[in-house]
Amino acid sequence: MDNLFLIFLSAFLVNNIILMRFLGLCPFFGVSSRMETAVPMGMSVIFVMTLSTIITWFLYQFVLVPLDLIYLRTVVFILVIASLVQFLELFFKKQIPALYSAMGIFLPLITTNCAILGVAFLNIDNNFGLLSSLVFAISSGLGFLLAITLIGSIRERLENAPIPDSLKGLPISFIAAALMGLAFLGFSGFMGLSL
Amino acid sequence: MSRTFIDGIIKNNLILVLAIGLCPTLAVTTSAYNGLGMGLAATFVLIFSNLIISAFRNIIPDNLRIPIFIVIIATFVTVVDYTLKAYVPFLSVQLGVFVPLIVVNCGILGRAEGFAYDHSPGYALMDGLGIGLGFTIILFVMGTIREILGQGIWLKIPGMFSGFKVFGEAFTNSSVILMILPPGGFLTIALLMGIFNLFRRK
Repeated sequence: MDNLFLIFLSAFLVNNIILMRFLGLCPFFGVSSRMETAVPMGMSVIFVMTLSTIITWFLYQFVLVPLDLIYLRTVVFILVIASLVQFLELFFKKQIPALYSAMGIFLPLITTNCAILGVAFLNIDNNFGLLSSLVFAISSGLGFLLAITLIGSIRERLENAPIPDSLKGLPISFIAAALMGLAFLGFSGFMGLSL
Repeated sequence: MSRTFIDGIIKNNLILVLAIGLCPTLAVTTSAYNGLGMGLAATFVLIFSNLIISAFRNIIPDNLRIPIFIVIIATFVTVVDYTLKAYVPFLSVQLGVFVPLIVVNCGILGRAEGFAYDHSPGYALMDGLGIGLGFTIILFVMGTIREILGQGIWLKIPGMFSGFKVFGEAFTNSSVILMILPPGGFLTIALLMGIFNLFRRK
């Protein structure tokens, strides 16, 4: 998996982080009922995912591995991500108010977004170097944005659709996600990439 | 106290009612055994984090509580991760990245913050048991549905037990593979939630 383009295609489409890997479902269903919230959430995820990947990669390779502390990675990673998110929130609030009003309210939610931590772990499990890790993080984030934008626009339309009472809300969104997942299954085998 | 336990299973069911902790629910339930394993792993973390947090609730400073909760939860997740790796290596490979990801399962942090932090250890233990059992049941049911429809067998334990043959040979050879692929997970939980809502409304 040295080919960066293949990593991009795999993370963006074939193994889409939400529809195929099931990472980050809470924000995917939590904030996707309107486009105005879905798109900024996707943007915030790309941003935090990229930053946290760089930080966790360096921490893992240059601190945890040399000190033989690999078993602490879960604790260290979640603390690093939580403090990164907290720091970004404060920084945006003080320095870039425009960005804060766009992303701010979504940032605290990102701490418990398993996609961020999941990508950090997957980078290590796949033995990615720094460049591959970066490409993987950015394209996973883009895949998240793609999926959340698609489901956001579907759910806006579903609001006016006649739906059986017991399927209203989340269940029908799951069914929509299942159909999207079916469509994305069509990408598997693309350029020799499998699930 | 038994009220807390039963509420944990039904009224506060993590998946069907609160819709949190969805990622492992959909990702690992391709078989009943995997679902059960994931459910028990999360239950273990939930019980012990609830217990510890409620035991130390008077010492934990209010403004530092979230990072402290996270460290306590992450510790037990690490314990589970390494225990699974040592004793059930195959299950550990199947669950993969979702074992360390128990740490960001919002359900566990949610119970720490919303219940264990202001209840005595006895209640916190019952809540952990109830919520954990409710979570495990749903994972097991989803795994059962997906395994039976997707492979025609039930409760296959890799390397130990080849599973009950639910349908005949003809079904096993041409099963609904969709159900063990990712979209099948979304479909199963959608229908489970729909059925649950139907009964709750009545």
